[in-house]
Amino acid sequence: MNIDYSQEAPAVAGRLTLAEIEELVAKPLDTRPDKKYFIALSISGSALMIGAICLALSFYYGLGLWGNNQPIGWAFDIVNFVFWVGIGHAGTLISAILFLLRQKWRTGIARFAEAMTIFAVMCAGIFPAIHTGRPWLDGYLLPYPNQHSLWVNFTSPLLWDVFAVSTYFTVSLVFWYIGLIPDFATLRDRTSSKIKKTIYSLFSLGWRHSSRHWQHYEKSYMLLAGFATPLVLSVHTIVSFDFAVSILPGWHTTIFPPYFVAGAIFSGFAMVVTVLVFVRKIFDLENIITMDHLEKMNKVILATGMMVGYAYGMEFFIAWYSGVQAEQFVFVNRAFGPYAWAYWIMVSCNVIFPQLFWVKKFRRSIPVMMVVVILVNVGMWFERFVITVTSLHRDFLPSSWAYYTPTLYDFGILIGSFGLFFTLVILFTKSLPVVSISEVKAVAEGAQPSHHGGVVNA
Amino acid sequence: MHNKNLFGVSALFDSPDKIISVAKKTTDAGYKKFDINTPYPVHGMEKAMKLKPSKLGFITLVFGLTGSFIALLFMYWTMSVDYPMIISGKPFFALPAFIPVTFEVTVLLATLATVIGMITFFFKFPENHHPLHDTNYMKQVSKDKFGLVIESADKNFELEKVKEFLQSLNPIAIEEIYYQEKANNSLLEPRFLTLLFAIALVTSGTTYFVLNKLLYMTPFDWMSTQLKLNPQKPSDLFSDGYGMRSPVKGTVAQGFMPYLAKGNPNPNSNDLLENPYLITEENIKLGKSKYLTFCSPCHGNFGDGDSRLRGQFPNPPSLHSKRAQDFKDGMIYHVIVNGQNSMPSYAPYLNHEERWSVVNYIRVLQRAKNASESDIQFAKKENVKNASN
Repeated sequence: MNIDYSQEAPAVAGRLTLAEIEELVAKPLDTRPDKKYFIALSISGSALMIGAICLALSFYYGLGLWGNNQPIGWAFDIVNFVFWVGIGHAGTLISAILFLLRQKWRTGIARFAEAMTIFAVMCAGIFPAIHTGRPWLDGYLLPYPNQHSLWVNFTSPLLWDVFAVSTYFTVSLVFWYIGLIPDFATLRDRTSSKIKKTIYSLFSLGWRHSSRHWQHYEKSYMLLAGFATPLVLSVHTIVSFDFAVSILPGWHTTIFPPYFVAGAIFSGFAMVVTVLVFVRKIFDLENIITMDHLEKMNKVILATGMMVGYAYGMEFFIAWYSGVQAEQFVFVNRAFGPYAWAYWIMVSCNVIFPQLFWVKKFRRSIPVMMVVVILVNVGMWFERFVITVTSLHRDFLPSSWAYYTPTLYDFGILIGSFGLFFTLVILFTKSLPVVSISEVKAVAEGAQPSHHGGVVNA
Repeated sequence: MHNKNLFGVSALFDSPDKIISVAKKTTDAGYKKFDINTPYPVHGMEKAMKLKPSKLGFITLVFGLTGSFIALLFMYWTMSVDYPMIISGKPFFALPAFIPVTFEVTVLLATLATVIGMITFFFKFPENHHPLHDTNYMKQVSKDKFGLVIESADKNFELEKVKEFLQSLNPIAIEEIYYQEKANNSLLEPRFLTLLFAIALVTSGTTYFVLNKLLYMTPFDWMSTQLKLNPQKPSDLFSDGYGMRSPVKGTVAQGFMPYLAKGNPNPNSNDLLENPYLITEENIKLGKSKYLTFCSPCHGNFGDGDSRLRGQFPNPPSLHSKRAQDFKDGMIYHVIVNGQNSMPSYAPYLNHEERWSVVNYIRVLQRAKNASESDIQFAKKENVKNASN
């Protein structure tokens, strides 16, 4: 295994021609789904139904079916919300930040990661909505003139959340759709089915691959990337404010915003790798989503994993250094109290196992990668659990201390959110191009003029 | 086919280097209305086509700033003017706390304006009936070829000359592109009208269902069905199915001691209660207010029996008769609780303390109305004392 890191690996391997790239990406859309597809869809669909049934029962009988109770008022619902919002961050990071940094390798994975962002934010959005207990009244979260002549509290982080998550979803969706327009046009021009052609025409808006349009298109992509970058940082920052702006020991921490953002990228990349490993295999995309790309993502996972580890350590240091007894108690209780098991699952999954990626061989090994990223997913879910539940379960009044145990409904809704996510991912792979055709074509070998704008003999 | 109009002439090329040089040559040849179509943005094309830099950024700037301004103004108005409220000791205009929302609204408005502005204003989309659609040329540039179209609208356009020019560029293929005039008003098509009607039907039907049916179903019915006790309603909480409960046997609720002489018009003097309240200023005040409210309409303000309702009810007796003066406190209490002749019971309106206060007040009235000489002397002395104070 000798890889020359001094030279950038080509973004598209195997010297594919433009037509071959298009053929490869469009193939899943042209062929009928096979048996395996339906098996996968039925599994994820069943998980989704479990969640739907648990939710329906929760609304009918009330949230007493969940494990939340005083003093642990925030539990699975908020844990899952933060977890899913975090998953979403990888997509925007890949599509916007890596775009601004001119990382060509992003093209192969950007579309899929953006789709995962949208699906993850959809999953995330469910939780604060159901946390209110009567989600059909969630319109009250928006500032609108009403008969109570009341307004929402603009100084509350929970209200900032409403704005941040809804803006994030809208901007991600728009960004994703802008990327899809040229691909819809390409699909429109290659399909022979009349129904598909109508649908693709509708969504392509009549795109003609005109250079006069490409000029504005590239500009808009740049502007959107410029906005999405601070946006993605703001979203998890604001999510962390939900905790950090309170005065609860364990939550009231200035390190939370950067720590949450690093954790979000960490968990998001882990989820992207988890899914892409399957996708590249199933849809023969090994030349477009190459091992080099996966390796680069593993490096990001290693780096952000260590940032998260640093934050774990720093929280303890500050608890000791500040000399605040309540703070010290919370952190000792976190690591050695009744929820020590959760804390140590978190530390080992997020800090210890990713260290395997220091070794090049492990970074480029699919089985090792799979084990590590799944552990990271588990670890990051537990991180949110540890932050939320352990800070609450032993509050200032020892007589009200309690131990939180989730009920079957809590687990059902968690399973349901995974069901929703994977159902959407599976449907996406067969209905839209999972890789951006026009972007990958643009970074293929020989796709750009030998020197920009230079006159070459015709 | 009739009505065919020439849109332009197209040529296909097969490499990005080639299309850049083609673009340069076309510009140099003086053509203005031409377009280059490529499957992806080719670097350096703006320079080759001599395009002006995109002005899209101005839309972003204007709408972004508008977003910030509107958000701040709105938060200022709601939090400081329309419904000012002190929250966590922050000022009414808490700028740091308003920054997150301002930022989000800025990004949202700028992004949407950029994209919508680009699609509608810069691209004039949606446009699925452009002459280039469904041509072989479009199929090729969509895939992996690079194309040039010179439009017939160009003022230098002459079919033969353009073809000659294109031929000189060594293309793979040349194609003339035609379009047909479309002349029907799509707004009045029956399919469109049916669609409108269907949308109207679904919207109004859903609204009717939600407002008139759905909001009265569990769990959307504002928690009107709950496991709680409702007066006069059966309940599953107790095995006998009754929601309203009678007191536990052998117990008396505080302040509800049963009155033994109840219903007896001539009670035995042993059954009458002793007055547990001393005549204090406070007690008399309470008694006075209750007397004026409940007793005076019939008995008169001073107990003379000169009722304001005189003539409409049988006249009540004076409270200053010998009989009434000789009543024990317990007997007056008994009359209040039990009623007498046509007087109903006042037990529902007066509680235990209030009844005794009324009794005390009646004693005050009786003494004041039938004062002895010594009482008058005493009252005079008191008045002098009060006046000198």
